[in-house]
Amino acid sequence: MRFILILAAALAIYWTGLSGYFKPMLISLGIISILLVLGLVHRMKIMDGETAPYGNMHRTLYYSVWLFREIVKANVEVVKAVMSPELEVSPTLVKVPTRPTTDIGKTMFANSITLTPGTVSMEIGEKEILVHALLEPMSASEGFDEMSARSAWSVGEPLDRARLM
Amino acid sequence: MAYFNLAAAFFVLVSMALMLGRLLLGPTLYDRILAVNSFGTKTVLFLCVFCFVIDRPDGVDIALLYALMNFIATIAVLKFFRYRALDVSLAKSHITQSDEER
Amino acid sequence: MLIQLVSSVSESATAGTPVSMADILHVLFSAFSILSILAGLFFVLGGTLGVLRLPDFFTRLHAAGMTDTLGAELIILGLVIQAGFSQMSLKLLFVAFFLLITSPTATHAVAAAAYQAGLQPLLGRYRAPEPGEETKQ
Repeated sequence: MRFILILAAALAIYWTGLSGYFKPMLISLGIISILLVLGLVHRMKIMDGETAPYGNMHRTLYYSVWLFREIVKANVEVVKAVMSPELEVSPTLVKVPTRPTTDIGKTMFANSITLTPGTVSMEIGEKEILVHALLEPMSASEGFDEMSARSAWSVGEPLDRARLM
Repeated sequence: MAYFNLAAAFFVLVSMALMLGRLLLGPTLYDRILAVNSFGTKTVLFLCVFCFVIDRPDGVDIALLYALMNFIATIAVLKFFRYRALDVSLAKSHITQSDEER
Repeated sequence: MLIQLVSSVSESATAGTPVSMADILHVLFSAFSILSILAGLFFVLGGTLGVLRLPDFFTRLHAAGMTDTLGAELIILGLVIQAGFSQMSLKLLFVAFFLLITSPTATHAVAAAAYQAGLQPLLGRYRAPEPGEETKQ
């Protein structure tokens, strides 16, 4: 029930942001479509914390600031490698152990790996992710350790200070 | 500022044209899908910049729609070439696994 | 464009009319917007160049991902600065958010599909062939 209310609030904010009109007819159309979506979600039986992952927004925002810094750093490295005339790359395959245990935590970690240029997650297993790295230094395990600890924290799993440097 | 936006839109168009090169050359199917996906992202960017050039805010709605459609199209094409059909559940293996556990 | 803006401000300064705070802010925001869009275009064109130059499919993924993340986000950030505080910038932020969610998922889907179909990644060190050299396939 709590998640249904959270999802309804998120959908209402989304609707008003996109429409921007406050006439009675348009508002009622919005309410009808929100009810339609809620009905569909209820019928699909996927209503849980992963359909409405808005409970840990502050943590996710903090994490995304950190992730953005990492993305900028990795982008500069990849751009240098691509633009140099020799085009020196050293593609590597590496298996990275995953720390998050929930599905949404794994999704967050795998998406963060893919979002950082130079590393792409290729296969997601129960315990580890197969990662393809463009440059060999990028496949070092320390960076992945920190990223997995932080992404587990960002979706609400307890913080492990020992793993976080 | 409008002229600067026009130039930016032009450069996005140039990079879209270059991406068409990979689409035509691409040795494997996956190269082509990647090129189409990247082309779609650039189309979204082009629409965003261009609706600033012609000063019509409705263009951003189309860009938003295109961003979502592009993702669905990529997944649908990949699914089709994997299973040669579209009415297959992608989470099939997961469901059968949990059925066995019951 | 920036030069025009600066010169218009300095003209109004020499003509005796005081430069208002709003003018300075306008120039500053325009400069930020131009810088952001230029950086975004640099990454977009760099990513396209990478997709054309890199040797095999899995390395090309990285270049495409570069366009999708920093290039797109920086261009949209520049446009948001231009739009100011309005509904349009909210919609642009929605576009940026959806790109941020969908593009790594699509990249992962393509990579996983290619890997499961048996496409072998090229591993080890790679250098671009010299202009006269025969290209190895």
